[in-house]
Amino acid sequence: MGVQGDPGAKVKKGRSLLWSEARDGYLFILPWILGFIIFTAGPMLASLYISFTRWEIVTPSVWVGGAQYVKLFNDDRFWLSLYNTSYYVFIGVPLHLFFALLAALAVNMNLRGIHFFRTAYYVPSLTPVVANSILWVWIFHPEWGLANAFLEWIGLEGLYWLQDPRLAKPALIVMSFWSIGGQMVILLAGLKGIPMELYEAAAIDGANWWSRFWRVTLPLLTPALFFNLIIAIIGAFQVFTQAYIMTEGGPNYSTLFYLLYLFRAAFENFRMGYASAMAWVLFIIVLTFTIVQFVLSDRWVFYEGDVRR
Amino acid sequence: MQIIDSRTAKELILAGFWYVILSVFALTLALPLVWLLSTSLKTGGQTFLMPPKWIPEPFVWTNYSEAFKAVAFHEYFWNTIRIVIFATIGALLTASLAAFAFARLRFPFREQLFLLVLSTIMLPSIVTLIPTFIVFRTLGWIDTFLPLIVPLWFGGGAFNIFLFRQFFMTIPLELDEAARIDGAGNLRIYWGVILPLSKPVLATIAVFAFIHNWNDFFEPLIYLQSPENWTMAIGLRGFQGLYHTEWNLMMAASTAMIAPLLILFFFAQRYFVSGIQMSGLAGR
Repeated sequence: MGVQGDPGAKVKKGRSLLWSEARDGYLFILPWILGFIIFTAGPMLASLYISFTRWEIVTPSVWVGGAQYVKLFNDDRFWLSLYNTSYYVFIGVPLHLFFALLAALAVNMNLRGIHFFRTAYYVPSLTPVVANSILWVWIFHPEWGLANAFLEWIGLEGLYWLQDPRLAKPALIVMSFWSIGGQMVILLAGLKGIPMELYEAAAIDGANWWSRFWRVTLPLLTPALFFNLIIAIIGAFQVFTQAYIMTEGGPNYSTLFYLLYLFRAAFENFRMGYASAMAWVLFIIVLTFTIVQFVLSDRWVFYEGDVRR
Repeated sequence: MQIIDSRTAKELILAGFWYVILSVFALTLALPLVWLLSTSLKTGGQTFLMPPKWIPEPFVWTNYSEAFKAVAFHEYFWNTIRIVIFATIGALLTASLAAFAFARLRFPFREQLFLLVLSTIMLPSIVTLIPTFIVFRTLGWIDTFLPLIVPLWFGGGAFNIFLFRQFFMTIPLELDEAARIDGAGNLRIYWGVILPLSKPVLATIAVFAFIHNWNDFFEPLIYLQSPENWTMAIGLRGFQGLYHTEWNLMMAASTAMIAPLLILFFFAQRYFVSGIQMSGLAGR
C-alpha cells in the first residue's frame, strides 16, 4: 500500500523526547485535568466510598467493608443482568457497526440529492427517546404492529416480540439499528478524510471496487471504526432507557439489563451502597475491555499520522 | 457515439437502482419522525387508537399554536439556545486542544492519562449523581446555567476528545514537522495546520454537541429549578398533566423542538468534504 512508506518515521527516530513538547502537552490537556479534579474525580471517589457502606439515602451511611461486593456475587439476579447485558453488547454492537458502515458507504456516493438521504438516515437520532420507545411498542405489537405486518406480508408468521423472553432482547437489538445515524456520520467524516490521490493511485494499478475497498477504504477507516467500537461497547454496557420504558425488564427478566437493575437498587429500593458496588464492578469490566482493545488495536488500526511513543 | 449512449444508459439505470434502495431505507428509518409528525396533527382522541392511524383525520394544525400557548415555549427556546451555544463552543475548543496533545505531542504518562479520560464515561452516572449535585451546590451553581456550560470548557468530555484524537491521528505528521522547521510552535500548528484540515470532524462534533445539549433532559432537570430557567426538553413535561398527558400537543412541541436540528444537520453537511489535501505534499 502506497501510504505505508511513512515519512514521519525518519523524523521520529531523530527526535528525542523534548521538555518543551511535554510541557505543551500538559498545558493543552490542563483544562481537562482541572475539570476532572473539580467536577469528576470527587464524585467518582465518593461513589467508590459509598460502595463500601450501607446507605439508604435518608439514613446515615455505615461502613461495611466489602460486604456489598460479597452480596453482589451471590445474587443470581446480578449474574442474570450481566448475561442479558453481555448478550446485548456482543450481538448488538457488531451488527450495529456493520449497518452503520453500510449506511456510511451508501451516503458517501456521489449522487445528486445525497444530502437529503444523509439527513433522513440521521433523523431517528433526533427523535426524543421517549417518543421513539412508545412508537416501537406499537411496531412490535403482536396484533397491530408493523413488524408482524411485514412478516405476514413476506409470508411468515407473526411473532410475540416483546412478550416472548427469547425474543425481547433481539427485538431491542433490531430497534437499535434505527439509531445508526451517529456512527454513520462519524464513519462518513472518516471516509471524507481519505485522500482522493490514494484512490487514483489504486485505479492506475487497476484495482477494482472490491480491492479498493479492502486496500484503501477499510484500512484508512479503522481509526473511525475503532472509535465507534469503543464508544458503542461503553454505551451498550449501559443500555437502559428502552428496557425501562418498553419492557420494564420483562418478560421473565429477559431484558433486566445491568443498568436497569442498578437503577432499581438505587432509586426504587434506595440501596445506594449496593448500587455503587454494582457500578464499580461494571466500571472494572468495561475498563478491562477497553484496555484489551487498545492493546489489540496496534494490530488492526492504522493511523497515517502514526503513533508516537 | 453508440458506446457513449449505452454507457450513459447503464449509468442511469445504476443511479435509479441506488435511488430506489436509498429511498426504501430513508422511508424505513424516518418512520419515528413520520409518526411524531402525524401524532402532532391528531385530535387527542386519535393518539392511541389501535390499530394506529398514520394519517390524521382531520389535520389539527391548531395543535401547534395551542402547544406554544400552553407552555412558555419561546422562553425555553432562548434559554436552550444560550446554553447550547456556550456549551458547544467550550467543547469544541478544549476537546480539540486536549486531543491535539494526545494525538501529536509526546509526554510522560500520555497513554495512562488518555485512559483516565475514557474512564470518566465508564462509570454509570446514576451513582455519581448525588455527589456531583453536591459539588455544584457547594459552588452555588444550582438553578443557574453554569453546571450545563462550565464543565464543557474544561475538556469538553471524553467522547469529543476521543473523536478529535482519532481524526488528528490520521493527519500525516510531516505537516507538523514542516511547520516546526518554519518556526511554528505547537499552538500555531494546532490552530494553523491541524484545525483547518479537520473540518469534517469539527462539523461532526459541533453538530453532535449541539444536538446533545439541545435534547439533554436529565441534567437540566436536576440543575434548573425555576421555570424561567427551563430548557425546551424539560419544558415538554408541561404537557404531562397530573391525570393525563396531552400527547398530541407534546408531539407538536417535540416536532417544533427538533425542526431546527434537522435544518442544522442538513446545512452542516456541506463541511463533510475532504479535509486533507495531500497534493501539496506530493513533492516532498
